[in-house]
Amino acid sequence: MATAATSSLYARRRRGDRVATGLAYAAAAFGLGWLILILGVLVYEGIGGLSLAVFTENTPPPGSAGGLLNAIAGSIIMTVLAVLIGTPIGILAGTYMAEYGRHDKLAMIVRFINDILLSAPSVVVGLFIYEIMVAPMGHFSGYAGSVALAVIVIPVVVRTTEDMLRLVPDTLREAAASIGLPRSLMIIRIAYRAARAGIITGILLAIARISGETAPLLFTALNNQFFSTNMNAPMPSLPVVIFQFALSPYEEWQKLAWTGALLITVTVLTLSILARSLTARK
Amino acid sequence: MSEVALKETTLSAGHATSRAAVLRRLRASDILFKSLTRAAAVAVLVLLSGTILSLVIGSAPAFKAFGFSFLTTEVWNPVTEQFGALAPIYGTLVTSFIAMLIAVPVGIMIAFFLTELCPMVLRRPIAIAIELLAGIPSIIYGIWGLFVFAPFVQKYIQPALIDTFENVPILNSLFEGPPYGIGILTAGFILAIMVLPFITAISRDVFDAVPAVLKEATYGLGCTTWEVFKHVILPYTRVGVLGGVMLGLGRALGETMAVTFVIGNAHKVSASILAPGTTISASIANEFTEAVGDLYTSSLIALGLILFFITFVVLAIARYMLMRLQQRAG
Repeated sequence: MATAATSSLYARRRRGDRVATGLAYAAAAFGLGWLILILGVLVYEGIGGLSLAVFTENTPPPGSAGGLLNAIAGSIIMTVLAVLIGTPIGILAGTYMAEYGRHDKLAMIVRFINDILLSAPSVVVGLFIYEIMVAPMGHFSGYAGSVALAVIVIPVVVRTTEDMLRLVPDTLREAAASIGLPRSLMIIRIAYRAARAGIITGILLAIARISGETAPLLFTALNNQFFSTNMNAPMPSLPVVIFQFALSPYEEWQKLAWTGALLITVTVLTLSILARSLTARK
Repeated sequence: MSEVALKETTLSAGHATSRAAVLRRLRASDILFKSLTRAAAVAVLVLLSGTILSLVIGSAPAFKAFGFSFLTTEVWNPVTEQFGALAPIYGTLVTSFIAMLIAVPVGIMIAFFLTELCPMVLRRPIAIAIELLAGIPSIIYGIWGLFVFAPFVQKYIQPALIDTFENVPILNSLFEGPPYGIGILTAGFILAIMVLPFITAISRDVFDAVPAVLKEATYGLGCTTWEVFKHVILPYTRVGVLGGVMLGLGRALGETMAVTFVIGNAHKVSASILAPGTTISASIANEFTEAVGDLYTSSLIALGLILFFITFVVLAIARYMLMRLQQRAG
């Protein structure tokens, strides 16, 4: 009697365990399944349109063939400028928090705010830059697009810089101080060098993040059907072109949208894997 | 302290002045560097307050014209210049709710799988793969949702839902109407796939931080893997998991491109989750560049302010929880 009751309880617990672990396996398969499905469709749809023309011709008018040259160029120009603006600010702010203000109030508040900015909706960043740049200037421009992207770069770089500088052992800092190195030189020559891989990782992650950003560009850089290097005028970008072309009824445009989507995804995944391998080596 | 850095230690008049000069220069550069980093840190704060300030100023005309009824009005009519935020707010909350309903259990179960069940050799690759899913830009989810997922939903899932719940009270109004493919449910589902990696990554981190002795002791009592998870790991990491969930929610609320493609952009509050709707971010993305007139633009900026407020609160709670967890860990 007693043994039967125990064994049935045992059986029930075993059954519960099997069901739950089975669900966990299913959940993992579900998560990985989407990754494979999305990437699979993307490669299947995107690779068909991949040709030299994509990189040598500009975006076509409705109903004709063309490429994505102007969009790719615009994206690269704005990304480079955004990184040039955002990275120094991000690294310096991260330095303050890790080196000077480890325990002070300012660093604590900045850390909290920065973490919120890190996942703040990017569409709001677009509105912000529209208000402070596009509206006063009276027109959309590549500069506004770059600044909007820079606003997204800053929190990513701040966060990784701080984290990576904190990983630098304090004994290194003490050793530098003991041979009489002033603090600023200690940070630049010793701490930055020790944390270099990590800081570069942060920059790569920031580039990966902004290379797919669409919402902040919609009402800052807008779009442009033509090749343009004029930063003071509307500038095309890959994500915005994808957005416009995917929602269009024209088959050629939709095809280009898929190809553009594939290009962005390959770029982003390459950057993230590169970033990961940089820190993994340490 | 810096004196030792100088190679010359013999004291002569010339050395003394050059040494003083070097020291002065070093001190000046030290101060300069510190104030530079401090200014950059303050710049982060300026960024946030600037965002809030510009949104408040930009939305002032809309709030002046409509008052607080802006929040509770469903009408959105650019022609008569009547604007209300109810439909976008409703859409934002419902799509995020659907997303969390799917992503929270699945995300936690994946983290459970990764920390307790998965063979060691597969743990890192699978964790990396799931994190890569987080890196895919949202516009990719959008285009995929529009061309692949929405037609699939329209053809198979929605008709099945409509048929199944046709005669069930309450639920039939939830799953009502023609299967459009696009709509609230589709958007919620795509959001779920998007926030899944965030929830998984944070849950995995906090599960990993559970002391091994705790788990071993529970196994020693004869508990099954699931019982260890349910009674020890989950209660121990509650705050962290909740922080991760809130972080995912913050993402879902503010997500723009993935939703814009598949929501249908209809300023309507429908009982049915199969119906097209809109979210705050989708309205802004769809209409901002085409908005004519100050009141229209201002109403869209007001939507942005509402969105920023909601996500700010959610993210602040999430960060607070995760921060408290970190302090506890040391």
